[in-house]
Amino acid sequence: MLSENILKMEGICKAFPGIRALHNVDFALRKGEIHALMGENGAGKSTLIKVITGVYEKDAGRIALNGRPIHFRSPKEAQNSGIGTVYQEIALCPNLTVAENMFVGRGRYAFVQWKRMNEKTTRLLSSLGIPARPTQQLSSCSLAVQQMIAIARAVDMDCRILILDEPTSSLAEDEVRKLFELMRELKSRGVGIIFITHFIEQVYEISDRITVLRNGELIGEYEASSLPQIELVSKMMGKALGDVAKMKKLEPLAPDSGVPVFEATALSSNAGVRPFNFTIQKGEVNGFTGLLGSGRSESARAIFAADKVTGGKVKMNGRRVKISTPLHAMKQGIGYLPEDRKGDGIIAELSVRDNIILALQVMKGFLRPFSQKQAEGFADQYIQSLNIKTPSTNTPVRSLSGGNQQKVILARWLLTHPEYLILDEPTRGIDVGTKVEIQKLVLKLAEDGVSVTFISSEIEEMLRTCSRLIVMKDREIVGELSGMNLTEHDVMQVIAQGGE
Amino acid sequence: MRRLKAQVSHLFLPLSVLVILIIINLIKGADYFSITVVKGALYGNIPNILFGASELVILSIGMALVTAASQGQDIGIGAGATITSAVFVLFVLNAGEVTLLTILAGFLVSCLAGLVIGVFNGILVSVFKVQPMVATLILFMGGRSIAFMIDGRLSPILANDISNQIGTVIPGVPLQTPIILTAVFIAIVAVVLKTTNLRLYVESVGINPSAARLNGIDPKKIIFLTFLIMGICTAVAGFIAVNKAGRHDSVNLLKFIMMDAILAVAIGGNSLGGGKFSITGSIIGAYTIEMLNRTLLRLIDVDPATIPAFKAVFIIILMVVASPVVMDFAAKALRWVRFRADSGTVPETGAPDAAVVSDPDTPAKKEV
Amino acid sequence: MRSLNAAKPKKRLSNSNLLFLIAAVIFVLMYLFAIISYPGSFLQFQTFFDLFNLNAPLIIMTLGLCIVMIVGGIDISIGQVCALVMMACAVLLESGVGSVWGALLLALGIGIAFGLLQGYLIAYLEIQPFIITLAGLFLAKGLLTTLHKDPINVTMPAFVSLVDFKIVIPWLGTENRLGFFIPCEIKPGAVVVVVLVVLLAALMKWTRFGRNVYAVGGNEQSAMMLGINVKRTKFFAYVICGLMAGIAGFVFIMQIGAANVGSAALFELKAIASNIIGGTLLNGGVGNLLGSPIGALTLLIINELIRAAGVQSNFQAIVSGLLLYVFIVLQSVVMSLRGRRKFRIDLPPWLQPPRLQGKRKAENQG
Repeated sequence: MLSENILKMEGICKAFPGIRALHNVDFALRKGEIHALMGENGAGKSTLIKVITGVYEKDAGRIALNGRPIHFRSPKEAQNSGIGTVYQEIALCPNLTVAENMFVGRGRYAFVQWKRMNEKTTRLLSSLGIPARPTQQLSSCSLAVQQMIAIARAVDMDCRILILDEPTSSLAEDEVRKLFELMRELKSRGVGIIFITHFIEQVYEISDRITVLRNGELIGEYEASSLPQIELVSKMMGKALGDVAKMKKLEPLAPDSGVPVFEATALSSNAGVRPFNFTIQKGEVNGFTGLLGSGRSESARAIFAADKVTGGKVKMNGRRVKISTPLHAMKQGIGYLPEDRKGDGIIAELSVRDNIILALQVMKGFLRPFSQKQAEGFADQYIQSLNIKTPSTNTPVRSLSGGNQQKVILARWLLTHPEYLILDEPTRGIDVGTKVEIQKLVLKLAEDGVSVTFISSEIEEMLRTCSRLIVMKDREIVGELSGMNLTEHDVMQVIAQGGE
Repeated sequence: MRRLKAQVSHLFLPLSVLVILIIINLIKGADYFSITVVKGALYGNIPNILFGASELVILSIGMALVTAASQGQDIGIGAGATITSAVFVLFVLNAGEVTLLTILAGFLVSCLAGLVIGVFNGILVSVFKVQPMVATLILFMGGRSIAFMIDGRLSPILANDISNQIGTVIPGVPLQTPIILTAVFIAIVAVVLKTTNLRLYVESVGINPSAARLNGIDPKKIIFLTFLIMGICTAVAGFIAVNKAGRHDSVNLLKFIMMDAILAVAIGGNSLGGGKFSITGSIIGAYTIEMLNRTLLRLIDVDPATIPAFKAVFIIILMVVASPVVMDFAAKALRWVRFRADSGTVPETGAPDAAVVSDPDTPAKKEV
Repeated sequence: MRSLNAAKPKKRLSNSNLLFLIAAVIFVLMYLFAIISYPGSFLQFQTFFDLFNLNAPLIIMTLGLCIVMIVGGIDISIGQVCALVMMACAVLLESGVGSVWGALLLALGIGIAFGLLQGYLIAYLEIQPFIITLAGLFLAKGLLTTLHKDPINVTMPAFVSLVDFKIVIPWLGTENRLGFFIPCEIKPGAVVVVVLVVLLAALMKWTRFGRNVYAVGGNEQSAMMLGINVKRTKFFAYVICGLMAGIAGFVFIMQIGAANVGSAALFELKAIASNIIGGTLLNGGVGNLLGSPIGALTLLIINELIRAAGVQSNFQAIVSGLLLYVFIVLQSVVMSLRGRRKFRIDLPPWLQPPRLQGKRKAENQG
């Protein structure tokens, strides 16, 4: 059966100062299809979506909805034409109630009918299995629930096209299952779904077709069933098949023994981590793993004193030290790449150069600024060695793509020549190519004697780089695994059995 | 070279306003730049502007720092300067003989008072996380009354030779003293910015306090520091003002200066929402506001009380022209005209060629 | 799954409501304190009515400002606009061709005009509200002094009778020192206040516009993505604020029958303070319109208490400042205990119940 296109885009172009975000991109969506839009960060996926929904004005090209040419000038127009969007950044108002968030900005009513609104919301939430009350303030719901409410809103608006921009990054396994159920249900009703994600397994599980973008250009459109995973990855990265296969096989190293570089005893923080013990050897790569909510990041933050340390003692190279602020940790030679890149990592309006030298500069002191020349030198060095794509060292770091921003923060910590580097989700939201680069870098650091703690939601990555995995559950350590041939199953087992 | 160009381009706003004002003045009388020498000192329109803007320049520098780090404005600076100058006057009048040393000591004591004010505001903003405008509202409301109390409920007169010289001219020096004092202050600030990481720390804290924290900077300390600096600024400004006036009038001293200071900072190209800041811009902005004040007085022979209205209109026009929406529109119009001139045809909706990058003036709606 | 247990088991007050509750409690406490300390004056009903009678203009302005503050903006021109309106009305009434209705229309007109101008510049041209309303303040001030420098007493008979008009409550009253029963009076200004409070509170709670104001104040970007016309919402907020300033001006002159250059001095600051005390946060999204009159009254009661205690007028300003200090600290402590934090994007899956998370962030950075 030939399904008509409900959305057809041809020759779309969009540019920003210094960046050509989209160039001659085509995209088509059929009725009742789930179409994945894939590409590295900076490939143009988000821009394409924002052009469809009227957030951005395209510079050139044509868009047709059900065969009729359209030109949305605002998100409201797109919404009214049946395009529902759930953005990666939750576009809801935290100070309003759940019910209000469901209905605000819709319809032509003048007066609010609270009772009806609340009742309708209750029905909708329960039919989708979302644990929230209509009168609850949105900010009191967890992020995952907020995400689902955003999706529920789009669903309730009877959209013919649903755009989901990275909907699963904050969802747990079963929440992802629920979401997929919902998507299949919508698909059967004839809704066309555009699904943007980095999770390759999810793409194959749910999508019918895949469109790949790279560097703002269209690489191709493929049937999911006829495109092998490895080909997909290579198209996204732009590398030959052989390279990719080679890259997958990275061997973790075995640790030294001796005096550990870092040792924590009964360390606890006010983020709710139970007192834990932790050591890492010189040149070792280890990681915290566990289910969502198990406390991995909190543990890392406790080590760096990013959260207030409430108890325990810490030794560096056998010597007892006091680490109660990030600056203490830095002075002891510890570096920390935070999990929330945008919120805790980059200083958006500052230049790439300033972002790179920041940590080292703070360590040097308030009264001793680097000279312009020194700063430029540092920045150039790492732009080159990490292959950071930026128009200049002066460019504000917020103009860079996510992957390059991450590299800037990495450069910042590498510049401090830490003895111990903690990387919390360094590859999250990053394209496959950069992911591999970062993993390779971690192994190289370990070779050079730097200890690394690597935290990732993708166990695959951790299994590939870490020689020791610390398994966490419900905010305490329940086990440890080490070895060269660990599998996901091993980890799962420890989680299931541990903590009893 | 590129760096110089970048620096100058963000001074575009205050400089262009300055130029417009100069042109308007020149139209009124071509002798605008004339300088007369009275008793060995230079007077004239330009020196008078430099003289009159002294306090404003100093306070604008402090305001720029406070705004950058804590994303808000300090509206109590007028009251603050009134308090510090009251302390100064109290000290001097009770010190017996008035020598250079007593004046100096009095100045230092008033700086101490300024620091106390800085501590008060700083704690509210950095520890209690109160918005700066709200926190400084307190001093605004109660500050002048405190100063009045320090004055002993009078309007004490400060009449001695040294004060006179500080307020006007030191014999033998061609420039009026406040101008020199301001220049020295600016020089000190420049040195501080060059030899410390103040700029980097303040901008980091202003843009993203939690990220700054994770890099070892303590945002509380930096915000606190900016308020301390502002405290010093209020002391210096109060010192100059009271010596100029010759008496301490706690009701009218530097009244409404906080408005002018905020304006100076905004015109200087600084975002009132914090982050990156430009001291040069703020300084130029301050002199621009002063020139605006005087231009209005000079051109329009009406009651000085009406001046605020004209200032308002001027500011509104200025902000409209500089607003992102208007600049965007102007850029698009310019492109349209240019394209029309080139090819003789009107382009399709949107840019004709994808490779043509949007005008640099367009505020970036960047993909993040 | 752990992360699904997001809904808190017990009901939680929204931030707006909590702050309002605190304000209301404090108001009641202050009033009780006043009654206990000065039963002679405060126990009389007339004193309570007088709070509304004499301070109607301030309360009206505070209402308009509240809406602007919730939408995330500020308007510091309202005091001078009020004064301008007063003078303009006075001039009109005394000019011989003016009528009471004419003056009313003029008042509303001036208020709306300022609201339109400022609203347009702030909402559509996206210029900073502080600067624009500062310019508005200067403009109003300048127009005021240009219009008429000296104080005017309105002698027009129709208006004078309006000034003297009062609603008498015969069954409520007190005996004065001479033994005569003096019934309570309510002046029309107070009635205007009550009507406006009811109207505007209903507007904020039950109309689309009102909820849009909260949405825009909470997260402007989100509000836009949700399809709200952010610009139009902000625009109308400022128009309403200007209108309120105009009404306040008319009520003021109706109250005292005269106008001078120094009228309504510092009212904008009192209005801001009133709103803060009443639970409206300066950065938007949180606030309750009913809190504004409560906040204003609290401020006024405190001032009355200070005055009644015989504190010199000089000290009054200092004490007001100190009290504001206390309120602000209290508010910020309450909010940070509640885990108020900036709305974050893209937080990781292990996020624990936001209350603890927020507390962590607030404490760590505090």
